Amino acid sequence: MIVKELKPEAQEMRAAFCDRLIELAETHPELMVLDADLMGAMGTKPFLAKYPERTVDCGIQEANMVGVAVGLSLAGKIPFAHTFATFMSRRATDQIFISGAYSKANVKLIGSDPGITAKTNGGTHMPFEDMGIMRGIPQMTIIEPTDITMLKWVMGWMADNYGMQYMRLVRRESTKIYEDGTEFEIGKAVTVRDDADADVTIIASGLCVANSMKAADILAGEGIRVRILDMFTWKPLDDEAVIKAAKETGAIVVAENHNITTGLGAAVSETVVSNAPVPMELIGIHDRFGQVGSLEYLAEQYGLTVEDTVAAVKRAIARKG
Amino acid sequence: MTEKLTDDQIKEMRRFSWRIRMEAIKCIAEFGLGHVGGSMSVADVLSVLYSDEMKYDPANPQWEERDRLVLSKGHCAPALYATLALKGFFPMEWLKTMNKNGTHLPSHADRLLVPGIDMSAGSLGQGGSVAAGMALAFKLDKKPNNVYLILGDGESQEGQVWEMALFAPQHHLDNLIAFVDYNKLQLDGFCDDICAMGDMAAKFEDFGWFVQNLEDGNDVVAIHEAIETAKTQTTGKPSMIILNTIKGLGWSEIQGKTNSHAPAVSHEQLEEALAELQSHYDAI
Repeated sequence: MIVKELKPEAQEMRAAFCDRLIELAETHPELMVLDADLMGAMGTKPFLAKYPERTVDCGIQEANMVGVAVGLSLAGKIPFAHTFATFMSRRATDQIFISGAYSKANVKLIGSDPGITAKTNGGTHMPFEDMGIMRGIPQMTIIEPTDITMLKWVMGWMADNYGMQYMRLVRRESTKIYEDGTEFEIGKAVTVRDDADADVTIIASGLCVANSMKAADILAGEGIRVRILDMFTWKPLDDEAVIKAAKETGAIVVAENHNITTGLGAAVSETVVSNAPVPMELIGIHDRFGQVGSLEYLAEQYGLTVEDTVAAVKRAIARKG
Repeated sequence: MTEKLTDDQIKEMRRFSWRIRMEAIKCIAEFGLGHVGGSMSVADVLSVLYSDEMKYDPANPQWEERDRLVLSKGHCAPALYATLALKGFFPMEWLKTMNKNGTHLPSHADRLLVPGIDMSAGSLGQGGSVAAGMALAFKLDKKPNNVYLILGDGESQEGQVWEMALFAPQHHLDNLIAFVDYNKLQLDGFCDDICAMGDMAAKFEDFGWFVQNLEDGNDVVAIHEAIETAKTQTTGKPSMIILNTIKGLGWSEIQGKTNSHAPAVSHEQLEEALAELQSHYDAI
């Protein structure tokens, strides 16, 4: 199920997102698409062309969009609502919390341009906290798909399963990790690499999964054995896989394109300290705002490169007793 | 034109308004304090809606063909709880449990706990968007369900209300019939002294709504006629009915005063208030 060689996806994530919406609309007559004036940016205009009556471009009003989506869902619709992750999380939190989660509605929230992938939109548009905000909302399911294969599977799951769900989604380039047709399970990490008697586990999400795989190759050359878990579901977290990793490999590195304050590192830490404390290193954004730049520049700025991952693994191993 | 109400129907609706007020204040007094003022001002529109305007079935609160009501000013739930109990959605005894541990009736309307409540509300400004979403779904599905929405005047200081106010006319949601319970008071005092709402009829009109401005928003006949007009208007616009109401109506200790929002209600005060409300009831 894992590809033999890492390569960029041939398609942008947003194009796959739109294709999959159109596919799902055929099998799910209640599916609708909502946006807050970012359909052009998200590439969902083909959906609008095919299903104008099932598309609602609300204009620049994220709070209202979420409320409308809730109302639609309570009248039987399956709304997929998109805006940039910054606005979905920071602007519309109370609507997601009270109108959505507290009221047990059925809205699929899509926040795009996660973390450094906001690139030249810069600090105002660079969400390092969206998943953390969503994680604080009871009973939300929170997902970061790694590649297009997973994205398509996740969207099918969202359409089929009632509840408040948040998916952060890269709009443009991603690395293909999974063979087409691979099946996943919500709340279950994917073991994308497992060396015998691994010395450390990297728990990664989003663009950090490919980085971790590249880092593992470098580390293997130095005799360091690595397990990698793709923790694409941040909530519910796969506690079992985390505990197993702590007990079997004795050290954990968490790698995320998000702040470490409220992100995946924080979530994994909670499970580790309660069950099997081991040395941990956290790769992610350390209490900083975003800025403009290329993906490569921003990865260097915030310590999200392959080299950063290699170094974190070595630090974690050095701390093992 | 719609049929005129008979004198008996009018009397029945008036009596129902005062019954709602009496049961709401009893419900609040059981706990000792609560949102009396808004519950009193909103009682008449609830009376009209549940007398003959809305489609609902107390035996089947989730009936698909029912109209929906979103009480966006969710803190006035005691009046809605009283209405629903009086209409048989749940036992009257529940009204004695509001805000007590393990109750079905929290201070703010909750759709998961209370039969007959279509939307949870309490964080002000949010209900309108949800009502608009429901109305949009019914329109898309060509279903006849109407959606009713009750906003507060203080609540309308929230920006989201005006996002919704733009959205609903854009989508021609003429199955959405909204009210503002314009009682001129909010928690901290008079709206005019805090953040004046001004001419709300003109505001909504300018946003593209079919607006009716009722000078006496506590008059059940006027409310009934306005709803009938809203249902039959053919402008393709969502309807807004501004109810110029009196906060705390019926209990002179708080009526129209700045202490009306969420006062404590002692046993003695309850007796006093009930006597006043009963005299209104008896005068019909």
